[in-house]
Amino acid sequence: MRKWVRNMREFWIIFKQAFATKARTKSFIITTAIVIAGIFLLANITTIIDKFGGEDSAGDTLPVITEDGAVVQRLADQLKAMGEETVPEVSDEPRNVLDDQVKEGDIDAYLVLASGGGTIDAEYVTEDSMDFGFPMMVQEALQSIQTEMRAESLNLSPAEAGALFEPVAFSQTTLSDSGKTEEELNQARGLVYVLMFLIYFAVIMYSSMIATEVATEKSSRVMEILISSVSPVKHMFAKVLGIGSLGLLQMALFGVFGYIALKTSSAMSELSEGAFSFFGFSDINVMTIVYAVVFFLLGYFLYAVLAALLGSLVSRTEDVQSLIMPMTMLIVIAFIIAVTGLGTPDAAYVKWTSYFPFFAPLVMFLRVGMLDLPLWEPILSIVIMILTIAVLGWFGARVYKGGVLMYGPSRSLKDLKKAVQLGKE
Amino acid sequence: MMTLQLEHVTKRFGDFTAVDDLSLTVGEGTMYGFLGANGAGKTTTFRMILGLLTPTGGTIRWKGKPITYSTSHEIGYLPEERGLYPKMKVEDQLSFLGELRGMKKNDAKAAIRKWLERFEVPQYQSKKVEELSKGNQQKIQVIASLMHNPELLILDEPFSGLDPVNVEMLKGAVKEFRDAGATIVFSSHRMDHVEELCEQLSIIDHGKQVVKGSLREVKRSFGRQNVRIRSDYDITGLQAVSGVRNSSYALDGAVFQVADDETADRLLQEALKSGPVRHFSIEEPSLQDIFIAKVGAEHA
Repeated sequence: MRKWVRNMREFWIIFKQAFATKARTKSFIITTAIVIAGIFLLANITTIIDKFGGEDSAGDTLPVITEDGAVVQRLADQLKAMGEETVPEVSDEPRNVLDDQVKEGDIDAYLVLASGGGTIDAEYVTEDSMDFGFPMMVQEALQSIQTEMRAESLNLSPAEAGALFEPVAFSQTTLSDSGKTEEELNQARGLVYVLMFLIYFAVIMYSSMIATEVATEKSSRVMEILISSVSPVKHMFAKVLGIGSLGLLQMALFGVFGYIALKTSSAMSELSEGAFSFFGFSDINVMTIVYAVVFFLLGYFLYAVLAALLGSLVSRTEDVQSLIMPMTMLIVIAFIIAVTGLGTPDAAYVKWTSYFPFFAPLVMFLRVGMLDLPLWEPILSIVIMILTIAVLGWFGARVYKGGVLMYGPSRSLKDLKKAVQLGKE
Repeated sequence: MMTLQLEHVTKRFGDFTAVDDLSLTVGEGTMYGFLGANGAGKTTTFRMILGLLTPTGGTIRWKGKPITYSTSHEIGYLPEERGLYPKMKVEDQLSFLGELRGMKKNDAKAAIRKWLERFEVPQYQSKKVEELSKGNQQKIQVIASLMHNPELLILDEPFSGLDPVNVEMLKGAVKEFRDAGATIVFSSHRMDHVEELCEQLSIIDHGKQVVKGSLREVKRSFGRQNVRIRSDYDITGLQAVSGVRNSSYALDGAVFQVADDETADRLLQEALKSGPVRHFSIEEPSLQDIFIAKVGAEHA
């Protein structure tokens, strides 16, 4: 019992050190703050743009050269109905004056309208064609005005006209068990994409942090003192857990602030409401979030143990990046499979790679998030990952034990064997 | 008894024998000098004592038992390659290392203050290690190995890279530990330090223990003493005295290398025959001479 208490005490001291010293570093605080600021910025981007561009867009007018004032009125109504704030206004200026104004940037654009015989002929003049959203909107508005005018000229009642343009009732039904409706898929896709990116980013960042930490302790030779106080294996796992908790804390901070940002964003009007539902946040899929946390943790441990193992092999921090390169490639490949799989989550290659432990954190998460999988599939992949972590942990501990004592120009995987041998001695 | 005992300890890495049949005993309250050229096997031996490496053969016992992590609180270790976290503050770092050696946080803090005062560097308490000079980093490192009052101290080159004033300061601290009953193993390239501090010593060369014993024994058994004679008369004939191995003459007298005390006696008697002797002395070989003779031959 006393031995156990002491074991836990030492574990806790290293855990605390790994966690606290990193959490207090300027780089950690600054990165976290920047990302949170970025989240707030993104959430409020429309408000901010409105504020800065206030004078242009709010109450902006679009000069129209036309003989037919009625069409301009209808256009104004139509645009307003579409949620556009720019108001078209009949202009008395001749074309060349307006041309000059466009060139000098006094106005963004103007419109030349000619109508007659139920057709509308419009010309949109602008400096360059960078902004295609607004002209398309104008075109759409004019299109419906023309349709209405035609219907009127054919003496169709509004009901008859409405019937004529009634949209087809088109819906999609999927027969496979795991199918989600297209709408559900689109919703899930946004959320899964964001979470997938977070997992990818976190696993890469924290596992390379582990490798660098271990290599720093080795190169600064403080390792020698550490492992003469506590066993290398305990040191390794305490370190992995300490940095892991730091990662979890950072992710939780991002999550909480992201949620607050979206909820409090002043532009919670139509636009961010739209973004909300696009990302599937409006009715947050609790299971997807739970799976994200599970796969983040498993993915992190898998790669962190691997990183600690690799970090223990190098003697200089400069060599860390080249040695963990193959590991980083694994995560990148997993991410590529997962991203391409977003569109086709039921493809065979996605399915098979989702059981490979090094890809599972991203690919199985993608499948679980996008499809209604039978429960055994994610469980199986979680079990495979846990087993791999156990094997890797056992092997890593052996390498680590020898690796931390090894100095010299070691920068290749061949040193694995040497390290295991030294660890046994 | 707080005794460290190594018996026929051997360590092989593949075909390479790093330590070959090493035996030594370090008693309570004594300091053992461990000498060897670079790569002689000192660090490997220390790592075996600490339990970081397992000997291929032989046994290592501390208080009659092998050293494991459960005894690590009783041990202080100063590695040859100095290592501290460069970005951590001195106080945080020392209290972390102290806690790892089983200290309570408050005790660690008190010990840190005490030792920083003692080594005349209290102003570095909240500085980062990388901001300190090399000598001051060394002091911090020594504090890390002493602060938890270890019973067994393993000091690998404790005084290298320090100015003479600081060497005396650290030496004083180490002596205090010895006098308080600690068991100390101490390696150095500085023979004068070993001569001053250690009653017992070993010289190892390529893993082999080439010299072993108390300082007196080692010097005696070396079989070479210098006899210095100064006389106003001609004493060049003395080199013919049996037992004289070598001789050299200078204005202030002659130096004869002799194998034993009898030869020295004979030399004195012969010298007196020529006339009065102004100076006669038997000089023990310095550890430096012994080390160079035993190890340096191959290196030179």
